[in-house]
Amino acid sequence: MKKMALIASKGTLDMAYPPFILASTAAALDYEVQIFFTFYGLQLLRKDLSDVKLSPLANPAMPMPIPMPVMMQALPGMETMATMMMKDKLKKKGVASLQELRSMCLEAEVKMIACQMTVDLFDFNRSDFIDDIEYGGAATFMQFAGDTDICLFI
Amino acid sequence: MNFDKELDAKGLSCPLPILRTKKSLSDMSSGQILKIISTDKGSILDIPAFAHQTGNILISSDQENETFIFFMQKK
Repeated sequence: MKKMALIASKGTLDMAYPPFILASTAAALDYEVQIFFTFYGLQLLRKDLSDVKLSPLANPAMPMPIPMPVMMQALPGMETMATMMMKDKLKKKGVASLQELRSMCLEAEVKMIACQMTVDLFDFNRSDFIDDIEYGGAATFMQFAGDTDICLFI
Repeated sequence: MNFDKELDAKGLSCPLPILRTKKSLSDMSSGQILKIISTDKGSILDIPAFAHQTGNILISSDQENETFIFFMQKK
């Protein structure tokens, strides 16, 4: 059986999609998959994913409905508005929600590992995270990643 | 063409057509044929890639206007 290992290190809406899309697809292609969630990537393991947001700031490649100076992108509420607009667009275009994709990964037995160091660093509580995950460190990741066909840092 | 099951994946984007295809095949038996209807332009390459990697046989792929129709036989 082929194997794929991913490191998910980002916690924004746009960067949350690639690990879940790749993991669910690889699982559908009969890969054994593990995702190691570290630093801001841990946000993707929270029970409630509604806080995962899109930041237009410092993201000049993001297409805007109207041209918007950086100063304006920093205004209060811009992040929430951009997130709402993006979620609306994702839904209209038939893209699965993060929650859906994550559930499909778990159903397909994608193994998810939370970085214990990050949990300690930010004083996160294990009860904030979904139940079907394990906690480990770099060596845990290597053990699986050392023997994979695809290995990506996202 | 005769088929045993139909999957309507119209309006769905990557990776949902592939995930639904996998799911549809899972409760079918070997040799049965699945008809997949998709509007995702990515599926023109993705469905054959899925078949190639999983060993299921892609019998045909057709395009009708903006709709793509695939027949896949479960291995």
